[in-house]
Amino acid sequence: MKTVKAQFGFRGGIHPQYHKDLTADLPIERLPLPRTLAVSMSQHLGAPAKCLVKKGDAVAKGQLIGERNGFISAPVHAPAAGTVTAVEPRQGPTGGWADAVVIETAEDPSGAPVLMPPLDWKTASREELLARVNDAGICGMGGAGFPSAVKLAPPPDKHCEYLILNGAECEPYLTGDCRTMIERADRIRLGVEIMRKILAGPAVRIAVEANKLASIAALEKAFADIEGNVEIVVLPTLYPQGSEKHQIYACTKRLVPPGALPISVGCVVENVGTVAALADAVENGVPLTERVTTVSGDGVARPCNVLAPVGTSYADLVAFAGGEKDGVRKVISGGPMMGFNVPSLQIATTKTTSGLLLFTAASVFQYSSSPCINCGSCVRACPMQLNPAYISRAVEANDIAMAEGFGVMNCLECGACSFSCPAYRDVTQFCRRAKASIRAKAAAKAAKK
Amino acid sequence: MTAILTATLVIAAVGALAALALAVADRYLAVREDPRIGLVTAALPGANCGGCGFAGCGDYARALVAGTAAPGACAPGGDAANSEIAKILGVAAEATERRVALVKCCGTRSEAIRVGDYNGICDCAAAAATAGGDKGCRYGCLGYGACANVCPKHAIRIEDGLAIVDKRLCVGCGKCVSVCPRRLIELVPASATIHVLCNNPVRGPEVTKVCGVGCIGCRLCEKNSGGKEAGHFTFNGFLAHVNYENPPADATLVAKCPRKCIKEDPHFEAGV
Repeated sequence: MKTVKAQFGFRGGIHPQYHKDLTADLPIERLPLPRTLAVSMSQHLGAPAKCLVKKGDAVAKGQLIGERNGFISAPVHAPAAGTVTAVEPRQGPTGGWADAVVIETAEDPSGAPVLMPPLDWKTASREELLARVNDAGICGMGGAGFPSAVKLAPPPDKHCEYLILNGAECEPYLTGDCRTMIERADRIRLGVEIMRKILAGPAVRIAVEANKLASIAALEKAFADIEGNVEIVVLPTLYPQGSEKHQIYACTKRLVPPGALPISVGCVVENVGTVAALADAVENGVPLTERVTTVSGDGVARPCNVLAPVGTSYADLVAFAGGEKDGVRKVISGGPMMGFNVPSLQIATTKTTSGLLLFTAASVFQYSSSPCINCGSCVRACPMQLNPAYISRAVEANDIAMAEGFGVMNCLECGACSFSCPAYRDVTQFCRRAKASIRAKAAAKAAKK
Repeated sequence: MTAILTATLVIAAVGALAALALAVADRYLAVREDPRIGLVTAALPGANCGGCGFAGCGDYARALVAGTAAPGACAPGGDAANSEIAKILGVAAEATERRVALVKCCGTRSEAIRVGDYNGICDCAAAAATAGGDKGCRYGCLGYGACANVCPKHAIRIEDGLAIVDKRLCVGCGKCVSVCPRRLIELVPASATIHVLCNNPVRGPEVTKVCGVGCIGCRLCEKNSGGKEAGHFTFNGFLAHVNYENPPADATLVAKCPRKCIKEDPHFEAGV
């Protein structure tokens, strides 16, 4: 095991103010069990899970309440014991509506949880381990929520040469992964060993941004005596270094073709939090029902890293963090660059909620857009080497086909263009708009056939 | 002298050859087009709105002559164009009722609450994709003008956070219907005067939380218009909908609606 500096940087990127000092040194705290949980059936990428419970049912902690429903989907488990009071559509962090199981948690939460039998990863077969990853509802905890069981079972003609652990956490404010690497480095190591077995022994690269020295030190200690080809790759601190494609390039100098998955270049990328959850699922039989969320921003009294059950309402998280202060103007679920604005604190967390940020009027920038001045700032900032200025103008003129010609489908929606625009244009939103309408058109075409 | 003669002869010979080639080409490469296509195209209004489902008037005319489309799909042309086309094609004209777009929402900024300040790009689909839209009601008109932007006749304007259709200008092409992310625009007969301006099918308490003029499905309109047998209204969940096959004509229904979401000839100038 050795620590190396990343050799292959990408062109573009930005340097936002990170504000990680608010929570980076604070240990993860466990949230006292909230009275109600609203567990969404759509917490992962792909088809929502099929709900297995109805109003009035009693559920035990860890009980399966949503069944995998399609190839790209993941099961959902009850985060705590209690009674189902409703199964109703609820608004999720992204603004979309999906069925959610509302659980009134039991007064006495000490009832025996329903666990899967622990597996010894050394003796268990590859198929058993993979089935466990699926049954435990593990999905990517970085943001997109791609089901891990699908990721870890590459098609037979593809071989995984590199397993890359994403510990970049390049979004400002967020420190959940940083703390996970410090406090749960041994779980990450166990997860790596299990995943190595599932993927038939790939080389391992643990990618961490250079601003997380404590995390790197903790990982170095935990991985000191690991066998095989394992390297900690220290990435330059640059947004969006946490992007899957840019991380693969930084670690292997391989370029993922447009529209393809990382496995097409022999790589599997998993978030460090996901790897730790996977270790728990295999060794202890615990399904994925809780995650670390950073509650931060200048609108919270006591910024902190919280380990909360999935389905906790944002209001409960904010109350735990000492409540609001100084008049909150904006609430963001996730990081400030790629996260989602949420209209109310009644929304509940999911497996992908990495942060909850509250901002006061002082730190919310009020602007009005003006026409593009052709300065090229966005072109320099774009990590995908697109021309966001042209794309935004094409979308503004309602010419989606032209935006597609400019390669808008390669856009990561990382927000670097909007961040760097001196005319305050909503460049990223134009790109998102174009991508949505291209996808809708393709879907309509497919439905016609 | 010989030079002039040679030149004249060469040019004449080339001309004769070219003329021959053109004559042959005219004979063997000619594209025979049904003369009726031109006539039908002339009878259509030339708005190229696409409301018939074809790529413009010429395309629709070709489909009509080929027999793959029926006359009557042209909303802007109306009965005049349809009977003209039917005469050209020698088929019976069917009388069609003029249809106009209706925005089924009356939640203005003062009536329907907004849960946030949206200051992104001015487009309904983009606003709807941002935290589900800034309007408290997830079925209501967002008022960022996606419909107004696609309207070929500039018949839609945005007033007080609400799209408003001018009945006189609307040709019923239906472009706004497909572009609305909330799917709340409907093509209705221009002669109907009583409309339910709400698109929210959820239960009453949830509607009243977000809108002062949302339909709660109390069925008073049905009761006041002669009951279920009269069939002037249909219900989808907790949402009343005018049955445009059999629209009500009683203007007192407007005043009797406790939620004030039934309007008479709303948004339209009278006397069309």
